[in-house]
Amino acid sequence: MAAKTLTIDDHLVSARPGETLLEAIREAGIVIPTLCHLDGLSDVGACRLCLVEIEGQRRLQPACMTMVSEGMVVRTSTPRLQAYRRQIVELLFAERNHVCAVCVASGNCELQRLAAMVGMDHVRYDYLSPDCSVDISHPRFGIDHNRCVLCTRCVRACDEIEGVHTWDVAGRGVQARVITDMNQPWGTSTTCTSCGKCQLACPTGAIFPRGVTVGERPHASERIALIIEARKQRW
Amino acid sequence: MTTPTTDIATDRNVRPVSDNRRKILEATMKRFQYQGDALIEVLHKAQELYGFLSPELLSEVAQRLRLPPSRVYGVATFYHFFSLVPQGEHSCTVCLGTACYVRGAAHLLHDLETLSGVKAGHTSSDGRFSLLTARCLGACGIAPAVVLDGEVIGHADCSDLTARIQKLLGREE
Amino acid sequence: MDLHELEAIAEREQAQRPHLRILCCAAAGCQASGALEIKRRLELVLSAAGKLAEVEVTPVGCMGLCGHGPLVRIEPEGTVFERVTPADAEEIVSALEQGPCNVLHCDLNHPFFTRQQPIVLRHCGRINPERIEDYIAVGGYRTLYHVIHDLTPAEVIQIIARSGLRGRGGAGYPTGLKWATVAKSPGERKFVICNADEGDPGAFMDRSVLESDPHLVLEGMAIAAYAVGAEQGFIYVRGEYPLAIERLQKAIVQARRLGLLGAQIFESGFNFRVDIRVGAGAFVCGEETALIASIEGRRGQPRPRPPYPAEKGLWGMPTLINNVETFANVTAIIENGPEWFRQIGTEKSKGTKVFALTGKIRNTGLIEVPMGITLREIVYEIGDGTPDGTPVKAVQTGGPSGGCIPAELFDTPVDYESLAAVGSIMGSGGMVVMDEHTNMVDVARFYIEFCKDESCGKCIPCRVGTVQLFNLLTKLRNGQAQPRDLDTIEELCELMRETSLCGLGQSAPNPVLSTLQYFRHEYEQLIGVEVDHGS
Repeated sequence: MAAKTLTIDDHLVSARPGETLLEAIREAGIVIPTLCHLDGLSDVGACRLCLVEIEGQRRLQPACMTMVSEGMVVRTSTPRLQAYRRQIVELLFAERNHVCAVCVASGNCELQRLAAMVGMDHVRYDYLSPDCSVDISHPRFGIDHNRCVLCTRCVRACDEIEGVHTWDVAGRGVQARVITDMNQPWGTSTTCTSCGKCQLACPTGAIFPRGVTVGERPHASERIALIIEARKQRW
Repeated sequence: MTTPTTDIATDRNVRPVSDNRRKILEATMKRFQYQGDALIEVLHKAQELYGFLSPELLSEVAQRLRLPPSRVYGVATFYHFFSLVPQGEHSCTVCLGTACYVRGAAHLLHDLETLSGVKAGHTSSDGRFSLLTARCLGACGIAPAVVLDGEVIGHADCSDLTARIQKLLGREE
Repeated sequence: MDLHELEAIAEREQAQRPHLRILCCAAAGCQASGALEIKRRLELVLSAAGKLAEVEVTPVGCMGLCGHGPLVRIEPEGTVFERVTPADAEEIVSALEQGPCNVLHCDLNHPFFTRQQPIVLRHCGRINPERIEDYIAVGGYRTLYHVIHDLTPAEVIQIIARSGLRGRGGAGYPTGLKWATVAKSPGERKFVICNADEGDPGAFMDRSVLESDPHLVLEGMAIAAYAVGAEQGFIYVRGEYPLAIERLQKAIVQARRLGLLGAQIFESGFNFRVDIRVGAGAFVCGEETALIASIEGRRGQPRPRPPYPAEKGLWGMPTLINNVETFANVTAIIENGPEWFRQIGTEKSKGTKVFALTGKIRNTGLIEVPMGITLREIVYEIGDGTPDGTPVKAVQTGGPSGGCIPAELFDTPVDYESLAAVGSIMGSGGMVVMDEHTNMVDVARFYIEFCKDESCGKCIPCRVGTVQLFNLLTKLRNGQAQPRDLDTIEELCELMRETSLCGLGQSAPNPVLSTLQYFRHEYEQLIGVEVDHGS
């Protein structure tokens, strides 16, 4: 099939058929914020940060789940989109207790980077300050729900790459939490293989390696994509 | 080793009931060929049989349907119908749909909370009475509607309801 | 089963039926008011008088005027008695033979009855929903026979497309177009799903139809399955509707036994099996992709569209999802032809719409009216105004996704476009009347609380936005809000409308936006004023 030609922010761009709009946008050297997307994992279109305007379509579409098509005219960062992205990041900061000053991931956190990227200098909404727990029952890792943004990257990494589906989401709405097995302490999980892919996939400091000090946290979400890539190589 | 005979006798008295429930649940799963897709149907049946979904019951369902435990737990907590804790012996569900709301259901609920001492969504400490809410029972024609132990009561009124609840709890004064 | 056998059942049924009949409403509303006890008492009185052979007492579905229930109708005379009690049994029996009777009866010349145009509800309150013979006696399953033997799937789709029928679940997508897409989408298997997850608070149209005439929906589904090439159907019913589920189960068993569902229907090559899936209490499952996830046994979370279920739905296969009322329109359209259907309604909205009229209104109940009727006619003529004469302030249509329409706009015709133009939506058919005593900020807060509790939690704007909006409205109601909070409210509404993943989140701000548009002063009044809610 022939390559597709589309217009992204007034530039003509070619893309492979079957490629997502996000891939084409990145290939064109344009950076748009993403959070729930992680190379190597399936997409869910949940964080709404990569929404773009497509000419002729009434609704904004998530770039990560929209396929390129011939003649598509796309705008990636109109003032309206910028405002929405900032609002979404603000809502996230207000949702749980994200205190960068005392976080193991500070300086190494996608949420923090997003805030800088969308120019969020303060939060206009009331902090919901929920009562969240910290689980350090696992010998190697811990999870601090105060820092979780419910992107479900851990759930997908565990299910799609490690293949054990230790993680899932329980409850709904703002009460939703990622859980292991029967919502039991992580250390007592019978399915967890302690592979640590959830920790690689986590964009914030919610899932963290134990015994590592601030600044030392190896943040390596790109390794998820490498694993997938490496699997394709057969000899 | 003290009184083995009595133990067996007690066991015999207790077991048939629980075994039967297990059998019915097993039959339901078999009818769906142990397909993971049937999870919600199976949870409906499990709750109908046992009254609530205990962690043991959920683990059992996960094992039989070959599903990850976290997925079963995730589904069970997503839907309002499923309860992971035992409900009271008697229950009163106040409909909070729009029609009932416009006709004063919120006040009714507030009064019931005060009179029964049980908060909406909770069970009394003695486990005898649960006060619950619903998002529209579809009985808007007779708003405000209340379900008392499965019986729908239309045009509900607080004093009448309180009397009925007291009667159910055997506390006629 | 063939056409002769079907007609033989109908004839036998009519021949056996006594001339005198007493029809007792046994829908959920009237049952809750003691309808079954009334039926038992009527039978006792008749048997004491030795008249059980001459008079039949039949439980039927919803008669419409639910607020005045329990309702009893006598035939052939046609009187409908209201607010019947068991003690009225003797007088009703005496009325059968024109004897004295002081039981309250409905004025059948009232606009509540005369302004209605029943198509979907044409058998409701007239047949026993638990007997397939009753449905066959009024012509049931004849259309399915005709479709299978005389029409090609493409012809069926063309009839539906020409009729102008649009989805009755709320959004109004052209039904014929949806059927055509499913028919043309390639797939190993295809599915037909009936969406009976009627979650809007204040709506009970689907419940009433399923409780009163389940076979009408099943026949409509079977015709749709034939048209799109599906062999398996699902009805996704709310768990809150036990009676509807029970009657559907009975109906499916009866239809299967007569060979009207299952394999080789009417001895043709067409197979169609229907299964019920019971919802477990999640409003978001009314959204089609969430509903599909739920049937697949997963958390009912929506996914972005496209791809639409018509192309990739249940288990990745092309899937037709229509609402109960949409399927219930199908047989009438095929029987009477698309031109007949096009005559009813307005330019862009054809046919009738069933509404559940509730709230501060004298005639609470189920109504079916032609599209294009005005809100004024519904509220003041059919509904007869508020019970105590308090002026009506607004009407809420479309549930948590809809808006409040103020009394000064009551000349708005009821059709998809006009309702959208005034900031509401047609919705599935809930219509809640509010009088002067209703505070509109409270109403908006009520709906946002609903959406907050029902948000699945997948996308951020809806998950956190509903909570922030609810907190702001609570602050406002308690008189603790600042003027800038109103701006924040409006900004959040826009964010949710534009960026939420599914229809629930996108439409969640509608009740706030519409009340802000028409009742802004009620919001402004509350700014900086401490309110005492003690009373």
